[in-house]
Amino acid sequence: MTRILLIALLPAIVLSACSGHSTAASPEPAAYGAAIVESSGGKQITEVGTPLPQPVVVQVNDDQGAAVTGALVQLTGPNGIYLDPASGLTDPSGQFTSNISLGVTPGRYQIVATTKTKSGKNVDLKLEEIALGYQEVLGSQLNDQYCARCHNQESSPERVSNYDNLEVKPHPFTEGDTLNKMTDADLTAIISHGGPALNKSPLMAPYGYTLSKSEIQSLIAYIRMVSDPPYGAPGIVYAQK
Amino acid sequence: MSLPENLKKFRQKFFGNSVSAFGWTSLILLILLAIAPAKNFFSDWLRYQRGYERLISRRSDAVTLRRHFESGIQQIWLPELGVVDRCTTCHSAMKEATLADVSLQPYRPHPPIPHKLEEFGCVLCHRGQGTATSVEDAHKSTLAWEEPILPAKYLESSCGQCHQRDLQGTPQLNLGRKMLRAYGCVHCHTIKQPDGSVITATDDPPSLTHIADKTSREWVFAWLKDPQAYSTTATMPNFKLSDDDARDISAFLISSSTPASLKLVQSSLDTAKKIKDDATLQTKASSLYGESFCASCHAVQNAAGNLVGGNIGPELTKVGSKVRPEWLQAWVRNPHDYDPATGMPHYRFNDEQVGELTGFLLAKSDADLLANLHLDAATPEQIAHGKRLVNDYGCASCHEINGVKRPENFAPELTKIGSKPVNQLAFAPGVDHNLYSYIGAKIKQPRAFGASLKMPQYTFTPSQVDALTSALLSHNERALTIPAAKTVPALPPSHYEPAGKAGQLIADLNCFSCHAINGRGGDMAPDLTWEGSSVQRDWLLQFFRDPNTLRPALIRRMPKFNLTDAEIATLTDYILTVYQSPKVDRDSMPLTGYPPGQVELGKQLYYSKYGCQSCHIIDTKQDKGYIGPTLTHVGSRLTAAWVYNWMKDPAALRPGTQEPKRNMSDDDARALTAFLMSQRGNEKQEAKR
Repeated sequence: MTRILLIALLPAIVLSACSGHSTAASPEPAAYGAAIVESSGGKQITEVGTPLPQPVVVQVNDDQGAAVTGALVQLTGPNGIYLDPASGLTDPSGQFTSNISLGVTPGRYQIVATTKTKSGKNVDLKLEEIALGYQEVLGSQLNDQYCARCHNQESSPERVSNYDNLEVKPHPFTEGDTLNKMTDADLTAIISHGGPALNKSPLMAPYGYTLSKSEIQSLIAYIRMVSDPPYGAPGIVYAQK
Repeated sequence: MSLPENLKKFRQKFFGNSVSAFGWTSLILLILLAIAPAKNFFSDWLRYQRGYERLISRRSDAVTLRRHFESGIQQIWLPELGVVDRCTTCHSAMKEATLADVSLQPYRPHPPIPHKLEEFGCVLCHRGQGTATSVEDAHKSTLAWEEPILPAKYLESSCGQCHQRDLQGTPQLNLGRKMLRAYGCVHCHTIKQPDGSVITATDDPPSLTHIADKTSREWVFAWLKDPQAYSTTATMPNFKLSDDDARDISAFLISSSTPASLKLVQSSLDTAKKIKDDATLQTKASSLYGESFCASCHAVQNAAGNLVGGNIGPELTKVGSKVRPEWLQAWVRNPHDYDPATGMPHYRFNDEQVGELTGFLLAKSDADLLANLHLDAATPEQIAHGKRLVNDYGCASCHEINGVKRPENFAPELTKIGSKPVNQLAFAPGVDHNLYSYIGAKIKQPRAFGASLKMPQYTFTPSQVDALTSALLSHNERALTIPAAKTVPALPPSHYEPAGKAGQLIADLNCFSCHAINGRGGDMAPDLTWEGSSVQRDWLLQFFRDPNTLRPALIRRMPKFNLTDAEIATLTDYILTVYQSPKVDRDSMPLTGYPPGQVELGKQLYYSKYGCQSCHIIDTKQDKGYIGPTLTHVGSRLTAAWVYNWMKDPAALRPGTQEPKRNMSDDDARALTAFLMSQRGNEKQEAKR
């Protein structure tokens, strides 16, 4: 008798254990949209394993472009990413907000936001976030200290950009179209010996006597990581379980 | 059939004759013997090693990779660090830079770091169980294994075990350590560093010995109930006091207060009252607030609700609802009269100015703050109860209070908090059972661990909680036992005191609130340790009379202190004599008289070879550089010796400066010095003629 009971209980136990792992059931959508667009939160940069500075906000619109309330949005991302929440209905302004932590592997994390149309078709929005590893974090700090004043066009109250003051415009580090064509050796040369090393403007000063070799490597790792379009090999990360 | 009969039949069948008995026994033995190798064969690590061999066989540099690869259990053993790590058994590619594109664990190479794997091992930074050889045991806290792998977001804590100084690569740890000092954690909790020194606080909670002179009991009550309601930036945490407890504590604090000797000037007070009630007069007074650069340290909320101003002093948005007019006029006149240890400078305001500023500040009030708040006169029982509460909550750990002694070791010592065994922790519901979650939850919501706990509620952002958690995790058993030769000890705190009359002036003006000298002081303004080698006397005299910013992109923050000529001369002479770099002899090069040819060469170098105009302005018509100081008057500001040495190696004179070292020849440096020294503002035109 006990044996039969056990056999009967076993699938139930297994099932309940499995459902504990799967995500909570998504709510029923109250409305359907035709398109999904990014409101804010794409292309953020953070350290591995830490939350993005700003939440990711996406908006669902109908075919007239008006915001849709109560549409179901589902987010998916590579393993290791933490989505809080991973799905939900859009609020009265048609927006869905999620706080996201990236995984422990440095690289680009692609997040796909999906919503269903009335006909049951899925519409997708792809967002990309960047997780910096130790080397890139070091590079980003060197960037803040030595490079950003000229290479970043954006000014803040604490840091006024010098970009507009320069006769020859520096390349922002996100400018992948140009920088991806330069090899690591090119970048090392121009950072170490200044613009004239590659027949470029002397307004780019040499930093080879200021930064160590490993610091220059870190800086290049950072530049490669933030470039848009992405630089070469590593591409999108699919961290393993 | 009964059991013995069954057994008998079984024995008959398999062990009936000696040959079959021998055969079966051998078989059983063989199977038993095979268990150990089979277990090994199906182990995690062997499976991963086979996977690694498959992975590298497909690579172009397979031969090299295979030569580096060693099969079997790998171990890093570092007796003096207490490290026994077998992690590299599965993480085979730790040092293979050519596998950088592999994202599959456990085969990712380690990202570049300044340390060698074989010198430090793995668990020193990542925690986890080094000796384990299965995935579960190594990474999670299972069975008797206590230590889970440290999540990446707390990894910087491990750097802090050896590095007691701030590191460039660990911004989170640096922030956490700063917060331990700045939010008063160490007032209650003792934290010893591995060298035995105790971490000291950098905040300076006000003394409450004369609190009744400064503010009302109603304000104290409102503040105790919710400090952030008065000022969102207040660092005082919320003790979640009941109305009765707040009433009794405020009663005790006011009753224990003794009068301070404050100078009351009636004319200032009259001016203040006039201005307080007159919007037009306030506008006029606001210019004095601006000219005095109060906003360099104090923030005020603007109409849009944004805080504008510095965070060295308290926020002043609602200060008029807090302080008594008599106290404020005395404080503006000379803050040292009330609090000798304050960081606020003694501006030399006249009585009229004192009144103006007092009135301007008194108008900054919030009528809602103390509305509907009526406290009846305190009874002796309430005062006695208030004193008991002050003792219970350890108020005197931070504040000086009459009649209450500062408690020793008020809260648990945190020297080894980063290695506290999980079985000694009492977890709140919903907190994951590991140390880092415990610490994080404790900082975030201390009272969730029990309503009777005394630790107050802070208003930290999630990243601030993570930073504090990281800083606390670095204080552990291992950090205390690492051999001194492997560590970078903390910088000893500087107790530098300038001497003589100038020393008194520097203390009176609280220069250290913003400037650092010889390792002591703030970082808002330039370090002045070698200022005497750098600047010319006339320039410094003029700067004290009317300070201005040197950089176009920086807002001016240095206030004018209304110093007398004699005071200015005392300060200037002291700075020029004492704050000299041993590397720069200020008299070794002349200020003027450089040959025109050399000046012209310097100009060429400045604009073409070195591209200095990208950061500096000399010709205001065409140069636009915004980063470095404007150099139009540099020849009358800096000494030639300083400029020359700066050309040779800027970071040697000011560590961390943005200006790169150019490896300049002596001739180039001399020519540039000659050119720069010829930039004397208006005099330049005369020189040309």
